Amino acid sequence: MKITLTVNGRKENLEVEPSTTLLEALRMLGLYSVRKGCDTASCGVCTVLMDSKPILSCCSLAVQAQGHSITTVEGLEKDKDFEEIRKNLLSEGADQCGYCGPSLLLTVYSLKKRNIKSLQEIQKYLVGNLCRCTGYHSQLRAIKEFMEVGE
Amino acid sequence: MKYVKRSIKKVDGYGILSGKPAYTDDLAPRNSLIVKLLRSPYAFARVRKIDTSEARSLEGVECVLTHEDFPRIPFTRAGQGYPEPSPYDKFALDSYVRYVGDEVAVVAAKDEQTAEKALKLIEVDYEVLNPVLDFEFSEKSPPIHPEDGISGVENQQNNVCSAYEMDIGNIEEELKKCAHVVKHRVYTQAQAHVMMEPHAAFSYIDYQGRLVVVTSSQVPFHIRRILSRVLDIPLRNIRVVKPRIGGGFGGKQAVHGEIYVAAVTLKTGKPSKIIYSRKEVFESSYTRHPMRIDVTLGSDEKGVLKAIDMEILSDTGAYGEHALTTLMVAGSKNLPLYNRVNAVRFKGKVVYTNHTPAGAYRGYGAVQGNFALESAMDILASKLGLDPVKLRQLNMIREGETSPIFKIMGEGREGAEMTIKSCKLEQCVELGKRIFGWSEKFSKRPESGTKVRGVGMAIAMQGSGIAKIDMGSAILKLNDDGSFNLLVGATDLGTGSDTILAQIAAETLNVPVKKVVPYSSDTDLTPFDTGAYASSTTYVSGNAVKRAAEKMKHLIVQHGSKLFNCSEEEVVFNGEEIIGPEQRLPLSEFATKLYYSENQTQLCSTASFVGDEAPPPYMSAFCEIELDTETGKITPVRYVAVVDCGVPINPNLARVQVEGALVQGIGMALYEEVKYDSKGRLMTNSMMNYRIPSRLDIGDIEVHFVESYEPTGPYGAKSVAEIGIDTPPAAISNAVYNAVGIRLHDLPFTPEKVLKALRVKEGF
Repeated sequence: MKITLTVNGRKENLEVEPSTTLLEALRMLGLYSVRKGCDTASCGVCTVLMDSKPILSCCSLAVQAQGHSITTVEGLEKDKDFEEIRKNLLSEGADQCGYCGPSLLLTVYSLKKRNIKSLQEIQKYLVGNLCRCTGYHSQLRAIKEFMEVGE
Repeated sequence: MKYVKRSIKKVDGYGILSGKPAYTDDLAPRNSLIVKLLRSPYAFARVRKIDTSEARSLEGVECVLTHEDFPRIPFTRAGQGYPEPSPYDKFALDSYVRYVGDEVAVVAAKDEQTAEKALKLIEVDYEVLNPVLDFEFSEKSPPIHPEDGISGVENQQNNVCSAYEMDIGNIEEELKKCAHVVKHRVYTQAQAHVMMEPHAAFSYIDYQGRLVVVTSSQVPFHIRRILSRVLDIPLRNIRVVKPRIGGGFGGKQAVHGEIYVAAVTLKTGKPSKIIYSRKEVFESSYTRHPMRIDVTLGSDEKGVLKAIDMEILSDTGAYGEHALTTLMVAGSKNLPLYNRVNAVRFKGKVVYTNHTPAGAYRGYGAVQGNFALESAMDILASKLGLDPVKLRQLNMIREGETSPIFKIMGEGREGAEMTIKSCKLEQCVELGKRIFGWSEKFSKRPESGTKVRGVGMAIAMQGSGIAKIDMGSAILKLNDDGSFNLLVGATDLGTGSDTILAQIAAETLNVPVKKVVPYSSDTDLTPFDTGAYASSTTYVSGNAVKRAAEKMKHLIVQHGSKLFNCSEEEVVFNGEEIIGPEQRLPLSEFATKLYYSENQTQLCSTASFVGDEAPPPYMSAFCEIELDTETGKITPVRYVAVVDCGVPINPNLARVQVEGALVQGIGMALYEEVKYDSKGRLMTNSMMNYRIPSRLDIGDIEVHFVESYEPTGPYGAKSVAEIGIDTPPAAISNAVYNAVGIRLHDLPFTPEKVLKALRVKEGF
């Protein structure tokens, strides 16, 4: 079936199956920041923003995403907040294998827009973004600086 | 030091975080055939007959392969030096299947749905056999590998894959003389790696007819050698490329899907890709070796250790990958911690079962052995009425000392003699104790309601590569603008090794890091490297890079002297300029002249390194936990680790390595366990039912460094990748004892086990 998705501010037409996930559709569009990790909506590496809210693209159907605005990190290249959180993660060495990196960046980006400031709330908000490399602490150092949270 | 000991950003980080295509699946040709594997539903069975006719005739199916399509060549999937210390007990496809998930047939189709459909159309007639699912009964069970033609197995009839023993002094006599003897048995579980990127590979035939395999692997050069053997094609006709990898932790130190994707490409001539589902990663890649370990410690009245005895039974699952080496490392990376004993005995066996094969996993052997030894030390301390820190201080290894074990026990063979040239373990313990506030916390057990806090500690050592086996090499190439290409076989799996190797080259050449462009892990273009395992890259590949850079410096001076018409002694290269008695030239101008106008030559240096020894990093760990006596739940509160990894080349990246390893170790101690049902089917085959720690499960973690200078390492560096995973099981179990007086013997420490132990203690 033919669908139209709004991705990073652009209208994209594509041919999909009814069962095609949003993850698969975005990768068909060459948006390789959207990655598959677990198949079971458990790890968070497929996170994208739908109408500015983080969602898991592995368990959303491409068809359902019509009429919504989808954002991936490719669409935030020039965004100041995005640049800053990316820089902070890199400065802490918190990127490591980087496979979960874009999904974490998007979630943190939406966190800032929500103006959540307490450390506990931040940690809770990010709990679905799993990472096996960093042990999370370097990410937290980067995020704290970005969110301007004190000790 | 200008460019090392600096926390610069990872050179590949920006592109990766920006979502540029970098990983295997991003780079696969769009028209790749999709390769899927039919896997065994039984833990142990013989394939009587396999009918693929319907699958073959399905539209869109390009090829179906069974064991009849592969030459019967035994091999090991383990990516190790050659000849491998693992048995050749596996075939690409076999008429026997030995665990749930073992490969039965290969399907390649135009798309995913067609491939899945074809899998369902293959009819297999299995003779289902009784599986061996309890490793403690494996030796008395019918053989899992009765077949002919395999080699390197200790005893096929008894299911013993490997065995090893050694002794120093007379252990029985020595133990008899001891005032205190502690006997302690522990069980460690199978742990899954759960790297975020599932195993992935694609292959194609290039325009010259050569096979190109792009794979998410820690060991591209081993992959090339193994593919050459299994597919029976010359090594020179294979190119293996590793792009960016989404984590490995040892799980990608082996051949997995590469054989099948390459076989399809060879058969069809078409590009093909295989991406493991998460279920396949859990079921059909590797786990950590589960072990039963018995430790006996003997000391005098004062707590001076006199004897250590360690006996291990290890479960390698269906195939013997890394079986012997993991066993030996459990001894060799732990026993030398207490090097002044009069007698040591180490022996063990590794047995087959019909479980998912165990294989390489960060800290293999070392973490299992550390749990046994360091919890036994805690028992001894409490028997002696001694502070556990004091017991360590009394007995642990120091700079300038040695241990006969370094020579006796290597990995799969004899090791290498070593006198410890850098060891700041005493300072690690002292500093950790102070930062943690050990002395105040050890005697208190703060309680609030049903929650009790306790503290525990442990120490650890690791290695830096495998002495006399692991080789790294590097090529440096001067470009016409004065920049350098650094070509290394070393495999960056997200650790940042491309970055730290560029830092080492920059330091040696005294040029900014941005002038060194690293390119790694391509068997056609980069020189040989055994790969990313055994904590080797910083030390082994780093030394090779340093040597190559020193040679490059000399080449620049040599060619400067030709250009200036003077002797080499009169020329200096300072990183920016080549300075002669009367002239000076910026490096860029020198390079331009050299390539376009005068004495035209390409400057290119190459160097290799094999360690004569594998200098251990050391660490101390102090942890505080909270235990709920009503629910049995253990919550990590704080973990302080102090590490001596020599000079950290990039302190941020070194810190993140330790933090990540600690969390993986906390996962092993508290949450993670690979479980099977009574038929040998994996119950934990998704990330929903195999739980890795989230950011709310780990408590506070603080990593500190005590710097030593390792004279044999590049700029004083040792390794840091694995050591962090070693201590959590022991330190946490010791903290549980401190909190509520129970000894947990069996990993992971789930609420059920805690409650059970509490009930036993209370006499229920």
